[in-house]
Amino acid sequence: MNNKFLKDFPILRGEMNGHPLTYLDNSATTQKPESVVKSICGYYGGCNANPHRGVYELSVKATKVYEDARNKVAEFINANADEIIFTKNATESLNLIAYSYGLTNLRSGDEILITISEHHSDLVPWQMVARATGATLNYIYLDADGNLSESDIEKKLTRRTKILAVTQISNVLGLVNDVKTLAARAHELGAIVVVDGSQSVPHIPVDVRDLDADFLAFSGHKMLSPMGIGVLFGKRKLLEDMPPFLSGGDMIEYVEEQTTTFAELPQKFEAGTQNVGGAAGLTAAINYLNGIGFDEIERIERDLTSYAIAELKRLQYVEMYGCNSSRDNKIGIITFNIKDVHPHDVATILDAQGVAIRAGHHCAQPLLKYLGQNSTCRASFYFYNTRQDVDRFIEAIGQVRKIMRVD
Amino acid sequence: MLENIYNELVTEHSRNKENRRTLENATVKERGHNPSCGDEITLELEVKDGVISDAAFSGSGCAISQASTDMMIELVRGKTVEEAKKLADLFIKMIQGEITDEDTLSELDDAAILQNVSTMPGRVKCATLAWHTLDIAVKNSEA
Repeated sequence: MNNKFLKDFPILRGEMNGHPLTYLDNSATTQKPESVVKSICGYYGGCNANPHRGVYELSVKATKVYEDARNKVAEFINANADEIIFTKNATESLNLIAYSYGLTNLRSGDEILITISEHHSDLVPWQMVARATGATLNYIYLDADGNLSESDIEKKLTRRTKILAVTQISNVLGLVNDVKTLAARAHELGAIVVVDGSQSVPHIPVDVRDLDADFLAFSGHKMLSPMGIGVLFGKRKLLEDMPPFLSGGDMIEYVEEQTTTFAELPQKFEAGTQNVGGAAGLTAAINYLNGIGFDEIERIERDLTSYAIAELKRLQYVEMYGCNSSRDNKIGIITFNIKDVHPHDVATILDAQGVAIRAGHHCAQPLLKYLGQNSTCRASFYFYNTRQDVDRFIEAIGQVRKIMRVD
Repeated sequence: MLENIYNELVTEHSRNKENRRTLENATVKERGHNPSCGDEITLELEVKDGVISDAAFSGSGCAISQASTDMMIELVRGKTVEEAKKLADLFIKMIQGEITDEDTLSELDDAAILQNVSTMPGRVKCATLAWHTLDIAVKNSEA
């Protein structure tokens, strides 16, 4: 099958266990096109120096690479450049919000509202904030179709809610939450809104002004970039009022023996030498995504998702989660189990046939418990996947029960 | 490759119900857990005069973790605590690839068949969970 993207991804033309690689673990991390790998090599091979520090030309070049990335990200999500903080990944971005905004602004009696489908990275930090401040951590549960329960939102989003933290797309259910409407309601009640964009920014157009998100966190490595570069967007006014998260070099203005004044945004939140090579990779990744366009990316992923769901529905021993949404909001992620076979055995059997899927709790233990599962399998797509990948996946699934002798 | 792992002995042990129960007179109870994948077992031993007179388990997990636990229960029942410790050590060294001698490994009975897991780094923890749990359990039984 002809796939115009494969030429850019040498790894996807390779093999796993003697079979053509079928990579369906894109929610965990995506593969990187050659242009991204070249941009990292190009940075270290031609422009490497410590940015913001040297007066010499090479350092100026490095600074430009880094700040160009910031401008690129700002444009990509419709923010201002000084509202873009580079981090290691979405986890660090969310921790920055929790430690810097959460610990400073919450008091006993306040409430933090999150959804039961949050990844641990948008859940564990809020437990920490609740414990430290005496605030209460509440959960929005789900309707039978996997979407956030309207009546639960009605009941739990109140004037006591100071922070609403919500994922735009669940990494288990693959359902797009209506963050814009939620944000509008939260703002009316005086809460600030934290959006986990880890699974949305790589797959759908995200405009922070349109969503009216106060904070947005995402990782570069889930959108073609290298590991170790992530983004925190925050509204300028909020970021200005927050204390620094990490302190040290590059985030200061004046340092005396006992006191320090801090740099302006965004440097205030970027202590120490940053991942400039990663930022260069992120620029190349955004260029690559823009070259395809999100209309096309969404079209491909929706086609693969609905095709795979239809094929899996023909297998009576497959149970799926989040695949019956009453709204047209399913994209890219299929979580499922095979009757009588543990997900790790499924993943091992698929691995032997060249198919890479995820098995386990997907860093969402409370959601899995809520769904009544210890563990599930997950196949997740990106635009470079094809219907042939789905066919190989389905064929491999067909072997599982035979190999485990449960048929 | 798959036939070496999911052979009949392994799939049968993974579904065997005989050893899945609780012991009325358990003297040691130890929980084992692989947080990264969710495999979970509770091992119960009845130790009398230094001998494991009965053993049983409950839990859930992949076929490898459950089969490995079931094989281990059958192996250590009737053995002394000292013997059980040595067997756990032998099993773990087999999975780590440190001991490959067939005669030595035959002491593990059915569990020796899990030797192939030593070539699958992603599944090593599944196979060793029960044996690490046993090691802790017998240490506790002596304390």
